[in-house]
Amino acid sequence: MTGSIPIQYFLIISTLMFFIGIYGFLTRKNLITMLMSIELILNSVNINFVTFNKYLYPQNLQGHFFTLIIIAIAAAEAAVAIAIIINIYRNFRSIDVDNVDEMKF
Amino acid sequence: MNILSLFILIPLLTIIAIMFTSNMKQTRLVSAVGMGIQLVLAGILVYLYLAERNAGNMDAMLFYYDAVWFPTLNIHYTIGVDGISVAMIALTSIVVFAGIFASWMVDFLYREFFISLILLASGVFGFFISLDIFTMFLFYELAVIPMYLLIGLWGSGPKEYSAMKLTLMLMAGSALLFVAILGIYFYSAPEGSQLTFNLLEIAKNHIPIEMQRFLFPFAFIGFGVLGALFPFHTWSPDGHASAPTAVSMLHAGVLMKLGGYGVFRVAIYLMPEAAHEQAWIFLILTGISVVYGAFGAVVQKDLKYINAYSSVSHCGLVLFAILMMNQTAMNGAVIQMISHGLMTALFFALIGMIYGRTHTRLINEMGGLMKVMPFLGVVYVIAGLASLGLPGLSGFVAEMTIFVGSFQHTDTFHRVLTIVAASSIVITAVYILRVVGTLLFGPIKNDHFLHLKDALWFERLSTLTLLIAIAAIGMAPLWLSNMINFSLGPIVEKINGVATVAGLF
Amino acid sequence: MVDYTYTLLIPLIPFLLFIFIGLTGHKMKPIVSGLIGTSGLAIAAILSYITAIRYFWTDHLAETGYKSIKAFEITWLHLTDKLTINIGALIDPISVMMLIVITTVSLMVHIYSIGYMKGERGYHRFFSFLSLFSFSMLGLVLATNIFQMYIFWELVGVSSFLLIGFYYEKPSAVAASKKAFIVTRFADLGFLIGILILSFNTGTFDFQLLTSPTGPAITMPGGAAFMGMSVLTWSLIFIFMGGAGKSAMFPLHVWLPDAMEGPTPVSALIHAATMVVAGVYLVARLFPVYALGAPDALTVVAWVGGISSLFAAIIACTQTDIKRVLAYSTMSQIGYMMLALGVSGYGGHDGLGFMAGNFHLFTHAMFKALLFLGAGAIIHAVHSNDMKDMGGLRKYLPITHATFLIACITIAGIPPLSGFWSKDEIMVAAWHHNKILFSIEYLVAGLTAFYMFRLYFSIFWGKATHYHHTPHEAPYVMTIPLMVLAFGAVFAGFLPFNELVTSDGLPFEAHLDWSIAIPSVLIALLGIGGATAMYMKSNGLPDKLAGVFGNGYKWAYHKFYMDEVYLFVTKKIIFRYISQPVAWFDRHIVDGFMNLVARTVDNTSNLIKNFQSGRLQQYGYVFVSGAIALVLIFVYLWNF
Repeated sequence: MTGSIPIQYFLIISTLMFFIGIYGFLTRKNLITMLMSIELILNSVNINFVTFNKYLYPQNLQGHFFTLIIIAIAAAEAAVAIAIIINIYRNFRSIDVDNVDEMKF
Repeated sequence: MNILSLFILIPLLTIIAIMFTSNMKQTRLVSAVGMGIQLVLAGILVYLYLAERNAGNMDAMLFYYDAVWFPTLNIHYTIGVDGISVAMIALTSIVVFAGIFASWMVDFLYREFFISLILLASGVFGFFISLDIFTMFLFYELAVIPMYLLIGLWGSGPKEYSAMKLTLMLMAGSALLFVAILGIYFYSAPEGSQLTFNLLEIAKNHIPIEMQRFLFPFAFIGFGVLGALFPFHTWSPDGHASAPTAVSMLHAGVLMKLGGYGVFRVAIYLMPEAAHEQAWIFLILTGISVVYGAFGAVVQKDLKYINAYSSVSHCGLVLFAILMMNQTAMNGAVIQMISHGLMTALFFALIGMIYGRTHTRLINEMGGLMKVMPFLGVVYVIAGLASLGLPGLSGFVAEMTIFVGSFQHTDTFHRVLTIVAASSIVITAVYILRVVGTLLFGPIKNDHFLHLKDALWFERLSTLTLLIAIAAIGMAPLWLSNMINFSLGPIVEKINGVATVAGLF
Repeated sequence: MVDYTYTLLIPLIPFLLFIFIGLTGHKMKPIVSGLIGTSGLAIAAILSYITAIRYFWTDHLAETGYKSIKAFEITWLHLTDKLTINIGALIDPISVMMLIVITTVSLMVHIYSIGYMKGERGYHRFFSFLSLFSFSMLGLVLATNIFQMYIFWELVGVSSFLLIGFYYEKPSAVAASKKAFIVTRFADLGFLIGILILSFNTGTFDFQLLTSPTGPAITMPGGAAFMGMSVLTWSLIFIFMGGAGKSAMFPLHVWLPDAMEGPTPVSALIHAATMVVAGVYLVARLFPVYALGAPDALTVVAWVGGISSLFAAIIACTQTDIKRVLAYSTMSQIGYMMLALGVSGYGGHDGLGFMAGNFHLFTHAMFKALLFLGAGAIIHAVHSNDMKDMGGLRKYLPITHATFLIACITIAGIPPLSGFWSKDEIMVAAWHHNKILFSIEYLVAGLTAFYMFRLYFSIFWGKATHYHHTPHEAPYVMTIPLMVLAFGAVFAGFLPFNELVTSDGLPFEAHLDWSIAIPSVLIALLGIGGATAMYMKSNGLPDKLAGVFGNGYKWAYHKFYMDEVYLFVTKKIIFRYISQPVAWFDRHIVDGFMNLVARTVDNTSNLIKNFQSGRLQQYGYVFVSGAIALVLIFVYLWNF
């Protein structure tokens, strides 16, 4: 079944997702949206992992495991990030990234 | 336990004890006891040293002890002393002891103050006993760093600026020094054998002349910055002026001596040929230091600045004499280090005490203090006289030994420089008498000075300790001079023995 | 060899007194400290007299000529393998003579001061300083080597500094003490350089070796070293510079008149009788080296002495502060001594000048100390230094008057008082050596008589000034020293100096040369006559005479503007044109450079710190574009 879908399709999807993520991260001002963009980037990587695993080393499972770890960590990371964002909101009364520029020289 | 290791251990134990004290009285009591023990220990060391020598022990370094602490690079904890280091250790313990009593009334973060002060002292002690140049460097840095905190936190005036300036300039010196030390390390042993940092081992090996030419300026200037070599001396006036009393005492009294000691122990001892070749440049610089510092002191208005410039002049004389590279002048240099250490510490102690009473350090705002504080006044006059080289006090012995030694060179260059340096004794008289005349003599300028009290017991103890040492050296210099001479002999032989082979001078 | 080790005690006693009185003096009654100091010095004086009697007479040293004896010596400091600083005591005719002079005058001054300083603050301080001075001066004359001499030379300088500045609340005293110290210090630099040169070339500091006619100094190969003079000559000229500074020779004399700010007994002891003749003693000590090794240097000594004596005598005629007159007179008389040494040869009758210089030193100490102490008694009585405030005092101060008169006659050189004998020998020596110097001295003899009697008449005769309260004679404790010194001034001239103190230790025949003595007495009488005419009764003559000399008088009155020259050198040149620029240079150029380095670093970091804006997305842009750029570089440029 998998043989019928060429690998390029998967890669194109993941590349699109990756750059959409990058774009979102760089242009969105809302921290939540930026967080979502990061999730997109992570997921694009996940797709790449699974795809290459399947096409290059079908007898191995490392790619899958890696993906699972990334998903787990992404969940944890999302929790931490949202906690940070809530704290930022409490302090700045806004979650606009342009307001959060205290960490400079 | 090697007696020398005690010199590092006791300060560290004192520091730990200070951490457990709960009030100012306890803190200073613990510090005083610790440094008192250190002073007694120094006395014992001098006694043991002389006893060993009298017993016929002719080793270059006594109380030698060696342990590896970083095998990969062959870094050792090597300690040992000769007459010169013994003298410097005695000086340090006297100055530190006096410094503790001079800072008896420090009440702001007192625990941290005494800890930093004693940490600094332990760095200095470690420097003087080390024979491994890496360990030596380590202790050197240990002495410099607390200085930043001491000036920055407990100083006065533009203290952050001064602390930063002092530390940065000394660090720049350290950077040069580190290059030199590494360079020496890589040429420390013949091709193929184990490299070493051990001074005595390196001295046996001959560093190639091309490398010496390259490394000598690094080592000399690196230590020279600490020894207030012109034109790298400007940290000294600002640093001293901002530093609290005890820190000025230690800094001018002991820390600046690390420069002279290092120049002599590392730069010249290990790289004698380059030293002979390049001596003339540095002789000119130090000659300038001597006269320039003295002239600079003539017009200063702040007591501490006067003393700082005078230190530039006197420390210039130390380096000057070392560069003369004969036994008499070098002996004079060591005595001058000790003499200047005691004298300048005494000066800074007195200035601190006077400032604590009058709340000004500008000499033209003061006058007639002799009448209200006779004890401090008399001691100040004696310190001044020592500084301008009055016989019977230590300064004279040092200066005369230096001048006679320097004059043993027969060429015009050295002789003219000697005479120029000697002329500084007149200028010294000018600024010392100017201060004494304005500050202590004459009518009282400000009525509230009339109610000032004379020195308290701890101030008397502090100043008298230094004063007695100054007078003792001044009146009976022979044993000190002999002790130093004995150790200098082989060193000078090495320095000049190589030179005759190379056919220089 | 005879044992003189006990001479060690002579300087040691004052030293212990100095320490003792200095440390414990403020706890005892003032008078007690005075008495302790005085009795200690009395012991030192007795020991000195014993030494003198033993050395010159009872020990029968005369038969072989008076040799120098090293009574005691220890090593103080090793310098090089050849040069060692020793501390010891050297006994020879001149040092014994100086011992007598110092202890006698010092003892008299101590006794006198018990009365003079009564009620002063710092009574014990005064006595401890006096002891310090006595110690230093005795150590100086007993020096066995030139470096010991230098050590005590400096100590003497500092005791002088402390005593001139005794009234330390008075700005003028402080300034004077500073000036004295710095001027002599400058001269001492010359001394030090001289010692360095001499010791390097001879390999010794020791006087016995240096002055031995076969020693390394005198036999040193001559030849021009620098500017046509030998090394030895140069070193001796430098050494003499030190002597000239201490002995207030032209042009290093400026400190002496100002030094009169000190208490009068101090002026008598230090600035008249003992310390200021240290320069003469120095030349006398090294005399064989000067005479045999470097006659050129000796000529310098003679001329400096001659010029100073004339210069000072002229100024003395115009001053009105009695202590300053005496100060210039001292300078003038020391000029005589220097000149005497300068014109002397070595050995036998040629060494007449040497003997005469020392002889004059001895007699001068007596009568000049007497004059100063007398002046002290006068100042004590009228509370002023200025002779304009005095007049007709002979009624009130009979003892002072009598002793002062004796001293004036003595210094004027009227026989048979001591001044005549010593001065006459100098004249003879000068006559045989150099006629110009002789005529200078001849003129000075007249001037001396004139200004001394000007002083005498202005104080004791003339109009009786109205005093606030009737002046009264000083107490016995002050007048007895006057009488003792007057006795010395009268009879010291009869000592057979030509047998005792000679250049080579052997006695020689000295006789009075009447052809020189009579004219010199005549010119002295002329001077006295002139002074009598002008000042015995107040009349307009002095002003008229001053008018005749016009500018000359003005110049002399302003001491030939030497003080102004010195002020110019110190204030303008050293202070304004050297030190201030140096300080400025240090603050702005050297330190400015360091600050510039710091500021450059600071500016650079200010410039680049903007990269760290704190804006997350900006970092993101940079990161992504950087990553893309790297990928492009790797792919297209390096063809991975």
